[in-house]
Amino acid sequence: MKETKSKKLDPEKVMERIAEASRPTVAGVEEKDVRHWVTIYVMGRGYSVPADLTILTAMEYAGYKFIRGCGCRQGFCGACSTVYRRHGEYKLQTGMACQTRVEDGMYLVQIPFSPAEKASYDISKEAYKVNTLLKHYPELARCVACNTCTKACTQDLQVMDYIQAAIRGDFETCVNESFDCIQCGMCALRCPAEIVQYNMAQLARRLYGRNDRPEPKHLTDRLKEIEQGKFVKPLDEITKKSKEELEKLYYSREKESD
Amino acid sequence: MSQTKIAYYPGCTLKTTAKNFEDSALAVARALDIELVELPKWNCCGTVYSLTDDNLMYHIAPVRNLLRVKQMVRDELVTDDHRMVVLCSMCYNALKRTNLRVKENPEDLQKINDFMYLEDDDYELNVDVIHFLDLLKEIGVEKIREKVVKPLNGLKVLPYYGCMLLRPKEVGIDDPEEPNLQENILAALGAEPIDSPYRKVCCGSYLTVDNKYVVVELAYKILSHAQKAGAQALTTSCPLCAFNLDNRQKEIKEKYPGFKNIPVFYFTQLMALAFGLSNECYGFDLHHTKPEPLLKEKQLC
Amino acid sequence: MTKKIELAPENNKLCEKICSISGEVVTMCDQCGTCSASCPMAAEMDINPSEMMKMSQLGMEEVLETKAIWLCASCFTCVVRCPRGLDLSKVAEALRQIKLRQAEDHMDIKKLTIEELEGLPQIALISACRKFTG
Ligand code: SF4
Ligand code: SF4
Ligand code: FES
Repeated sequence: MKETKSKKLDPEKVMERIAEASRPTVAGVEEKDVRHWVTIYVMGRGYSVPADLTILTAMEYAGYKFIRGCGCRQGFCGACSTVYRRHGEYKLQTGMACQTRVEDGMYLVQIPFSPAEKASYDISKEAYKVNTLLKHYPELARCVACNTCTKACTQDLQVMDYIQAAIRGDFETCVNESFDCIQCGMCALRCPAEIVQYNMAQLARRLYGRNDRPEPKHLTDRLKEIEQGKFVKPLDEITKKSKEELEKLYYSREKESD
Repeated sequence: MSQTKIAYYPGCTLKTTAKNFEDSALAVARALDIELVELPKWNCCGTVYSLTDDNLMYHIAPVRNLLRVKQMVRDELVTDDHRMVVLCSMCYNALKRTNLRVKENPEDLQKINDFMYLEDDDYELNVDVIHFLDLLKEIGVEKIREKVVKPLNGLKVLPYYGCMLLRPKEVGIDDPEEPNLQENILAALGAEPIDSPYRKVCCGSYLTVDNKYVVVELAYKILSHAQKAGAQALTTSCPLCAFNLDNRQKEIKEKYPGFKNIPVFYFTQLMALAFGLSNECYGFDLHHTKPEPLLKEKQLC
Repeated sequence: MTKKIELAPENNKLCEKICSISGEVVTMCDQCGTCSASCPMAAEMDINPSEMMKMSQLGMEEVLETKAIWLCASCFTCVVRCPRGLDLSKVAEALRQIKLRQAEDHMDIKKLTIEELEGLPQIALISACRKFTG
């Protein structure tokens, strides 16, 4: 082996760099203020983190930076899926890292993406028939009704029920049961039949919306208003505002009632 | 007499390409004072019984359906507390055989129940799976004959059984070599049942998906023998047989131009016809070979 | 010179595997041929059902490459007739499973045409997936 002249590493400096890299990135958390600590294991490595953090913030506290696998931080976008096991349990748990609190002895890993193909279709030309979903996603026929998808769902949806409904062309059930899906992909990763539940359900909702629901009047009206240029001026004004003004506007906005 | 209410498992295909089977069967049952109450929540049974000894995964789906009957009994949705009626031959076979397997292997059942821990109940072997033809046999041909208002006089029909109603023996609803359940019903309706050894021969089943020409050959044999024996139509209780024997007539015709199309009915459609039930339940639009010309000729519609 | 082969599952790995997956003792087959005479698919098969049994007894790997194992439609005609009470449909299933469990699918549903997929009843597609994909 050829000898290389290696620069002698200064262990002190290395440790400093590591400490710097894992400095808490979570705003407002100071070590001295933290009373309760838990240990979590991220990909096998243990970290001591404040007990009241979510998995996402705890990982950031431990020094991880998220380039992918994080989005809204509000539990809506489906980007931050995590699988974990609790200490002493055999069950594999799933959750959104931004919504799940860390627990002592948790083993976890982020699953930022679930590889899957999506059917391509022209929704305006697509037939709305009992076999349409099977036509685009024939692997639906492989479902063994094991219910693993339901167990894996981070949103507690009855995933198997919507898959079963899809097999028999029952659009309404499929749509209602899948409505709250955030497409995190956990069901698809655990399914022994290798079905991509969420993409299929999206097609079901699109078809159902197009064919089985009355045209929403407010949407048609709004589209007309947009075409007529009603919002050009307000939008112009908004883009010129300062950050403070925007914040004020945002918090005083009119909210839709529940 | 109060109406009998009995749990009923439809299966995916009875909601789609065999909707006419379900509609006609439900109407016929009603005419015979029986209400078939659909399982409140059911899943695909898997259609084929898994034949391996070492894999339980495929038995979960049937067992999951069986445990629903208990909930129905508890909610007083049914008056018959231990039976589940199935119409589709394939579903019948898969459900019945799985039921037998878990009855014989309590350890397997335990594993399956443990696996389904999210269900409110365990399956406790409290269900018997029966086919609609079993139920009709119990009711008796007399009662069926009484309901006939439009006898199917002069209609020559080959009652096709295929495989799943007859085999294996422990699942079969009738003698595997000499069945006569459908014959008796057809005779009660005034039709003339035709005999042919081909009524028990496999139509090729799911090979229709990856090897349809095998099915075309088999279906051609079955249908042409039926015709030679004098049949003008066939009856079945399997939506896959119906597909292979009816829809594949398109490919048969391409291969054997001399072939004459022949309608394939679900036996319940003929019952509905003879009972004079509303023609909404016939669903002839789902047939490939349209039965109307034959029925007109016999002055039945 | 003739070689004597002792027919016993434990003498052969493949034979043993077939027996354990199917739950059938294939060495009990007497080669009477009733199954081959009954099988509606035999005409299309490259080996007869009874040959399938023989090859399984001998643990011949070639049996896994035959068309016959995929042509068996699980119609159970042979099952009700076998004088030895053997269930050949289970043996064929074991042979298919040996392939499928090595992730060697027999069918690719994504290759079916749109027209085929639209026309097929659910039970056809579901059963084919169960039998031909792992
Ligand atoms: S259905 Fe699947 S993709 Fe949708 S939220 Fe549940 S686990 Fe995530
Ligand atoms: S995990 Fe897959 S096979 Fe199991 S019930 Fe869900 S969709 Fe079906
Ligand atoms: S970051 Fe969007 S759901 Fe967690």
